[in-house]
Amino acid sequence: MSTGQTSDPIAAYEKRIAALEAKLNSLEESVILRTAHETETFDWKIWAERFGLLIAWGGMILILGAFKPDQMFAWNSYASMFGSNAMVVVLTLALMIPLTTGDFDLSVASVMGLSSMLLAVLNVKMGMPIGGAIVFVLAAGAVVGAINSFFILYFGVHSLIVTLGTGYFINGVILWVSNSNTIAGVSMDLVKAVILTRLFGIPIGFFYALALSVLVWYVFQHTSLGRRLLFVGRGREVARLSGVNVNRVRTGALVASGVIAAFAGVLYTGMRGASDPSSALAFLLPAFAAAFLGSTAIYPGRFNAPGAFVAVFFLSTGIMGLNFLGVDSFVQNLFYGGGLVIAVSISQLIRGRKPMD
Amino acid sequence: MRSETTERVGDTDALDIRHLSKHFGGAVALDDVSLTVRRGEVHGLLGSNGSGKSTLIKVLAGFHTPEPGAEIRLYGQSVPLPIPGAKVRELGLAFVHQHLGLIPSLSVTENLFIGSLSTGQDWAINWGAAYREAATIFVRFGLALDPKAPVGTLSAVQQALLAIVRAYEDIRRATENHVDRPGVLVLDEPTPFLPRAGVEQLFGLVRQCTQLGASVIFVSHDVDEVREITDRATVLRDGHLIDTVVTANTSHEAFVERIIGRNMDAYGGANKQARVASTAVSVRSLATAGVGPVTFDLSEGEILGLTGLIGSGFDNIPALLYGARKGTTGEMTIDSQRFDLAALNPIKALEVGIAYLPADRLGEAGIGSLPVGDNVSMPVYGKLRGALGLTDRQIGRHARKLGHEAGVKPNIPSMSLAALSGGNVQKALMAKWLQIGPRLLLLDEPTQGVDVGARQQIWDALDRTAESGAAILVSSTDYEQLAQLCHRVLIFARGQIVAELSGSELTKDMIAEHCYRSMPQIA
Repeated sequence: MSTGQTSDPIAAYEKRIAALEAKLNSLEESVILRTAHETETFDWKIWAERFGLLIAWGGMILILGAFKPDQMFAWNSYASMFGSNAMVVVLTLALMIPLTTGDFDLSVASVMGLSSMLLAVLNVKMGMPIGGAIVFVLAAGAVVGAINSFFILYFGVHSLIVTLGTGYFINGVILWVSNSNTIAGVSMDLVKAVILTRLFGIPIGFFYALALSVLVWYVFQHTSLGRRLLFVGRGREVARLSGVNVNRVRTGALVASGVIAAFAGVLYTGMRGASDPSSALAFLLPAFAAAFLGSTAIYPGRFNAPGAFVAVFFLSTGIMGLNFLGVDSFVQNLFYGGGLVIAVSISQLIRGRKPMD
Repeated sequence: MRSETTERVGDTDALDIRHLSKHFGGAVALDDVSLTVRRGEVHGLLGSNGSGKSTLIKVLAGFHTPEPGAEIRLYGQSVPLPIPGAKVRELGLAFVHQHLGLIPSLSVTENLFIGSLSTGQDWAINWGAAYREAATIFVRFGLALDPKAPVGTLSAVQQALLAIVRAYEDIRRATENHVDRPGVLVLDEPTPFLPRAGVEQLFGLVRQCTQLGASVIFVSHDVDEVREITDRATVLRDGHLIDTVVTANTSHEAFVERIIGRNMDAYGGANKQARVASTAVSVRSLATAGVGPVTFDLSEGEILGLTGLIGSGFDNIPALLYGARKGTTGEMTIDSQRFDLAALNPIKALEVGIAYLPADRLGEAGIGSLPVGDNVSMPVYGKLRGALGLTDRQIGRHARKLGHEAGVKPNIPSMSLAALSGGNVQKALMAKWLQIGPRLLLLDEPTQGVDVGARQQIWDALDRTAESGAAILVSSTDYEQLAQLCHRVLIFARGQIVAELSGSELTKDMIAEHCYRSMPQIA
């Protein structure tokens, strides 16, 4: 019944194990050699991946500058572009936090619009001091984040569906509280604190966005909280089994997203001294495009603040340049929409074209 | 040695496999296996893990290309090799796997006709006719299934029955001359998760299929079930065909003997004596659906193995003790602290020093797309913080040190975890948990898919951890590993502990024998 075995199976096995071990060691050595070799010779590739977007930005400025040197090489153009895109940077940061934990927040632009409108209503119509009104609208952003996380986590509905719905709901609330009117005459203190004060010719609002980017970068890169956000997004089950309170992290990310989006609304109102019921909603796609384009740069493969920061200004430089060339405003849609699809495609290439989860 | 009889010879055999071999690299999974399955026969296929059963099934399903020289005939006609996977049904083969391949949210009828619905070109499906046809089929097999019910609402048994009927019907529709080629159904471990009454029902259906002329290959670990349902049975061991026997003439012991072989255990008994240290962990009345209640203790410094056949429930225990699944009841005491298992969760478990390394390395234990450094540093981020917070450099330095101690190769913390080999992933993930100095370490299949060298390193690490006083629980189906690694092994069957082996009794063969022998007698 038994098949022919050697009389001494232990010795035979041990011989095989020894032979395998020798082979394994030699293979390991060659792997180490190869990886060491790769890290040396392929350094430029990693470098190019990290800074490719910055290089492309510079390249774009040069190309556009060849056609319109007067405008493209003027500091003033950039100063005003930096200032007027501050709230896009902030909105992108708001979006990036839940994206890192694996949740989409389509309601960010609506929260920005809501906060902008509430600020105007409270300050202009109800005469609330601007400071108190700002605190109130930031709290409103937190409430929206909490509502989103309640439906996502308690009912287990996909974040895309929940935030699509809450976003649309909020759009209705904006029209309601504003009676569908633009409200002007917001406190000049806010306008001064956002746009009239300038540093190096750039409206001060830009520096708020820059500071917030640095803060988000620090949290993502240099705190255990930031790493936990990443773990939750990449492997929810692994994170759970490693003792991370996954639900708390996701809730925190959505609430933070709401507060930061509300802050974007404050900047937006301050920039114009007024609020209209609909224009903020147009910033959803630019924020998505910048978040995804940014995830291909600086820390490729991760949503990251410096990447998002560069991506916002890469996209807006392109639009500014095309405007100088006299192209119509439809170019914005082309640029942001195309930018989003191309950015996601590039990040898929980095991931080796595995299907997105 | 062959002991074939010629009691029931059809016109031609249903399935005739000749000289089937399959190598994976240097490993021989199947070595010159020949067997025949007759018309209307239930043919058992037995063997322990790694015996070549699954490879044989996968060759039949067209997943694997056999080595040249093999020949497979169905009803006397040679089939092309590799078997074209898309045409297995037309050839007269259908498979029912343990995961039945049913879609729970669709109706019974949609599932039954899923093959023709997904490839058909109908522009107007006549649902009334489909329901009537399904009902007719169920009447023919004597099944009380509602054609409109969603499959998810059926019991496990009903789902298994539906999957078998579907396989039979798939062959009937696909073969042109069904009377001459009634088909071969391959049932791959269909029973481990079914209650006893359900197994009876399933066997009834199998007999009906054979009365209609079909042949059935019944793959199972369970010797009793094979003896009950099969006419003949083939036993594989280490890729060799050991014997094809007439079931009625073969005792339970004779089967077990063929499955586990008569080779004396290489190590002739455990290298480790049972620990007599004080009890570190005690588990009382641990239970969840299909498991328990079970009660056992672990001593300080003890490595306790859990094993059994598929479906016996042993593999759930580590996750349950970590509080990773809901619906657990029972009590656990660690260092005289008592916990209600129903209220335990991973965060609490970690606080009291329990660590759990799941078997699914890149799905539950580690994140493949993140660097090794982040993966292994996860539990100790708080301690790695410097003045300016956590930096990649600190994480890298810490991970390189851990990786060096654990023998992770290549030891490059910035590499993604998925880029490491299975053995090195496991070494890294073990190091992740060993660094927190767990009181109780729970491991599920710690060396599955791990090369020999890495396996030894993992064992050494576990030995060191145990010597330092931790209690270690290992669930595994690798009997040899358990015999060498553990102080004591508990054997599970149908959710209960049925045997405990230690000392000189703790050998690979004794574990195998108890796994196959000790089906508990449940009234």
